[in-house]
Amino acid sequence: MRSFPIGGVHPSDNKAWSRGSAIETMELPDVVNIPLSQHIGAPAVAKVAKGDKVLVGQLIGEAASFMSANVHSPISGTVTAVDMQPNGQGLRQMMVTIKREGDEWLPEIDRSTTLVEHCDLAPKEIIERIKAAGIVGMGGATFPTHVKLSIPEGKHAETLIINGVECEPYLTSDYRTMLERGELLIAGTRIIMRAIGVDKAYIGVENNKPDAVKHLRELLGGDKSIEVLSLKTKYPQGGEKQLIAAVTGRQVPPPPALPIDVGAVVCNASTAVAVYEAVQKRKPLIERVVTVTGKHLASPKNLLTRIGTPVEALVAKCGGLPEGDVRVLNGGPMMGRPLVNISMPVMKGCSGIVVMDGGDVHRGKESACIKCAKCVEACPMGLEPYLMYKLIRKKAWDDLERNDIPICIECGCCQFTCPAYIPLLDQVRFGKQTVMGIIRARNAKK
Amino acid sequence: MANRFFIASAPHLHSDYDASRLMADVVIALMPALAVSAWVFGLKVLLVTAVAVVSCVLLEFLIQKFVVRGPLTIFNFSAVVTGVLLAFNLPADIPLWIVVIGAVVAIGVAKMPFGGLGKNPFNPAIAARVFLLIAYPVQMTSFPAPRIDFVDAYSGATPLAALNEGKVDFAEFDAQGMFLGAMSGSLGEIASLALLVGFAYLLWRKVISWHIPVAVLGTMAVFGVCVAATRLQGDVDLLWQYPLFHLLGGGALLGAIYMATDYVTSPMTRCGMIIYGVGIGALTMCIRLWGAYPEGMSFAILIMNGMTPLINKYVKPKRFGAK
Amino acid sequence: MNTLIFTVVTLCVVGIVAAIVLYFVAQRFKVEEDPRINETEKMLPGANCGGCGFAGCRAFAAAMVERDDISSLYCAVGGADCMKRIADYLGKAAPVKEPMVATVRCGGTCEKRPHTNSYVGTQSCAIASSVYIGETGCAYGCLGYGDCVAACAFDAISINPATGLPEVDADKCTSCGACVKACPKGIIELRKKWPKNRAIYVSCVSKDKGAVVMKACKAGCIGCGKCFKVCEFGAISIENNLAFIDSAKCRLCRKCVGECPTGAIKMIGLAPLAKKEEAPKPAAAPQPEAAQPTVIEKSKE
Repeated sequence: MRSFPIGGVHPSDNKAWSRGSAIETMELPDVVNIPLSQHIGAPAVAKVAKGDKVLVGQLIGEAASFMSANVHSPISGTVTAVDMQPNGQGLRQMMVTIKREGDEWLPEIDRSTTLVEHCDLAPKEIIERIKAAGIVGMGGATFPTHVKLSIPEGKHAETLIINGVECEPYLTSDYRTMLERGELLIAGTRIIMRAIGVDKAYIGVENNKPDAVKHLRELLGGDKSIEVLSLKTKYPQGGEKQLIAAVTGRQVPPPPALPIDVGAVVCNASTAVAVYEAVQKRKPLIERVVTVTGKHLASPKNLLTRIGTPVEALVAKCGGLPEGDVRVLNGGPMMGRPLVNISMPVMKGCSGIVVMDGGDVHRGKESACIKCAKCVEACPMGLEPYLMYKLIRKKAWDDLERNDIPICIECGCCQFTCPAYIPLLDQVRFGKQTVMGIIRARNAKK
Repeated sequence: MANRFFIASAPHLHSDYDASRLMADVVIALMPALAVSAWVFGLKVLLVTAVAVVSCVLLEFLIQKFVVRGPLTIFNFSAVVTGVLLAFNLPADIPLWIVVIGAVVAIGVAKMPFGGLGKNPFNPAIAARVFLLIAYPVQMTSFPAPRIDFVDAYSGATPLAALNEGKVDFAEFDAQGMFLGAMSGSLGEIASLALLVGFAYLLWRKVISWHIPVAVLGTMAVFGVCVAATRLQGDVDLLWQYPLFHLLGGGALLGAIYMATDYVTSPMTRCGMIIYGVGIGALTMCIRLWGAYPEGMSFAILIMNGMTPLINKYVKPKRFGAK
Repeated sequence: MNTLIFTVVTLCVVGIVAAIVLYFVAQRFKVEEDPRINETEKMLPGANCGGCGFAGCRAFAAAMVERDDISSLYCAVGGADCMKRIADYLGKAAPVKEPMVATVRCGGTCEKRPHTNSYVGTQSCAIASSVYIGETGCAYGCLGYGDCVAACAFDAISINPATGLPEVDADKCTSCGACVKACPKGIIELRKKWPKNRAIYVSCVSKDKGAVVMKACKAGCIGCGKCFKVCEFGAISIENNLAFIDSAKCRLCRKCVGECPTGAIKMIGLAPLAKKEEAPKPAAAPQPEAAQPTVIEKSKE
């Protein structure tokens, strides 16, 4: 069974809560707040002002630079404000507020459901369309897809890997997408292969989703250029570097090296579907599948949701928040960000909303490190979390750099596994930010 | 009722391991050996173990309550593990006051002064055993005869002591008897099969990894084969009998599986664990063959405990993607 | 007997050889250092707080000795006396600096700024602030986990459990600036230290608009500008919906304090401006009726 080479943990995935529910379309929201920064890189620049009428799919924010992404209106209506609104973490960021009037789409968007497989566009044009559609990595990292697919001068892509691993526990949005929109996913994969000029693609799926593997293999039939790989169920199998290692056996060297340095390009499964829609149907990224789940949520669901819909509307559709203490997460329970404000809008990178309640909202009581070495064993990057923790408490930044803290992928395996409930990742994340800041400052001086 | 929102950064899940569960698992793993020992030496075994455990826990409680005034950690079972392991290193006939002194050394000297669980450089049970061995050599080496004698000729002496005095006749080597506990020795080390059952349990529960025990026992076996090769005198069977005698005849299994793998005093990386295990194995054999004591396991572990910080400093795991 | 002599002689020889080797090694690796650095270091407080911008007291002492112009170097912990002694010893002009004190500019106590959620992660301001807004609705206010307390080498700052806010003991504060650097929200400022620890400052750093501030905190600066209008010394500026009193220009006249509608301007060690003194001003204003009740109220007290 293929898997990444070192570390990893086995959290109970609890996907059964939502894996059985087919993708449902969420009702259109009456008012949406669309953040202009839903991606890594510079925030988009607002293209509309208060009072403007917009249609579904209309550009409302333009990419500010190459490392940025367009933002489109997910509903039709009137712009009522372009100002600072609180995001999920309670911090204010620039958002466009639109009040819905009907559901009128831009005429050039093809809304038919017919599958268009044939594509003879030049690679450049494909990437141009992806860029126009504002597509970003939908697994949560929100890296602009057009940047990822623009292979830098002197580099050469050999394999495309479609990430259908969905190693985050609880989440099933990619799983449902592979099952219900598999043909779109495969069409999207072929388009991306064409864009980056490779003739081999792999779709990596964890072996806790055998029906998805089977379904995709059936759809592919005899096509040898795309291969569906069943990977070991182990977190973080879907981490970009881990997935590349599992599929190709090659390890991406430490930063500043990128996956392309080992000839690999990785795209999320939902992103591949979005690419298909953008290139063949001219449909920008205005909706996505979101898993809404939780132990005491009345009816966990996978919802096809317009970007900008308030999270609380999704939670309400699934039965509302359970009574009492809750911890609501944007993303999965291993890497998701906690929400303090659930009126925040669903964004491009939001693959799931997880509601934890009762005793789960608290952390275990911290005790002394017993040097059990479980964190070292669990780290998929071969780091020593216990040591980094100690060095951060001592503010020994030079030592931390020597101990390779910048390669940490913040997957959380160390903290998950620590029997003393030490908040290892809290500190390591802080230490990594500090050390990266020191490195940047040093490089800027040179 | 309005919801209260709780915030903490990822990860939001935790494995079901916690420190007390790990320690409790070690205690469970030691139970079969305790049962065999009680059968072999009689119920006084249970008394010694009980005294050791109670005095360790009580001492830790008293120190934390009145001296250190820190949070109480007696409920994480670590003192219980120390107590059981200490008892396992003593002869069944030992006077109970010596057991209490052992507990004082283990908890009061080797553990708490360094800051308690997680900060002690040396395994408390081993430190106590070595102290007792030096302070009370007579009581520590007078072992009662087991219910089933190993070989009639030298009942009362441990197999290793007999070997040291050149009294072992390998023609009468009874591997099966030694395996099941038919020999003399300290109360925890004789039940080889039961110790291995505990090892399997610990591996299954993922409490320890195989690296340290396998490195220790493997090194001892290889060492034993080499020594046997020089003493063959035509008897090819000695090639397996001699190393097996070393593995079963003393505290090798107890030390390798339960004492050397002590989290706090063993290295943090797989590679470091192997170096540490090989060191223990080699040192043990050296002490057994050329040292003054017939048994060298506890000294070897103590010495390698001292090396652990050094190993941790210089042996790093291979970073992902590093050349 | 022979053994004894042999042992003693051998030991002596070994000792002599080792001494000779050590002597040459010491000569070879000898570092020439200005002896004044040692002397200067002795005169410094030796807190190694880093408030001067150097790695420790010794590095600072070296800089004092090496540089001709030491006007830019200052040890806030030692203060003016210490600087003068060192300058006299080195024969240089003593650097002069007004005494400063760390000032916590947040008035969002538990009652003025209610908690909206519970943070159960690592209790550190730096970490909590990288996760989200904090336990209250104010994105600028004090988080209360005490990074400043941990940074202080002089035990001069502590969290008051009643308010949840840090308080500076002005007599212990050496204005080394460690807390200023430690606060991820930039709440702590080094301000001019007046006699008897008197102070007037805006106890808020929120750049949010007035309406947002009011929703989150009853003690926040809403940027209304009333204080700016009343200040006669040009010490107050309003930027990003936030008033700021420049401690170099402020004369502690107290006029702004009464003007502030939310009580964000804090006053320490000073009696409130008597309303009678204020009276002529409203009297001159077109609405004497409005001023009247305040005077009556005051006299009742």
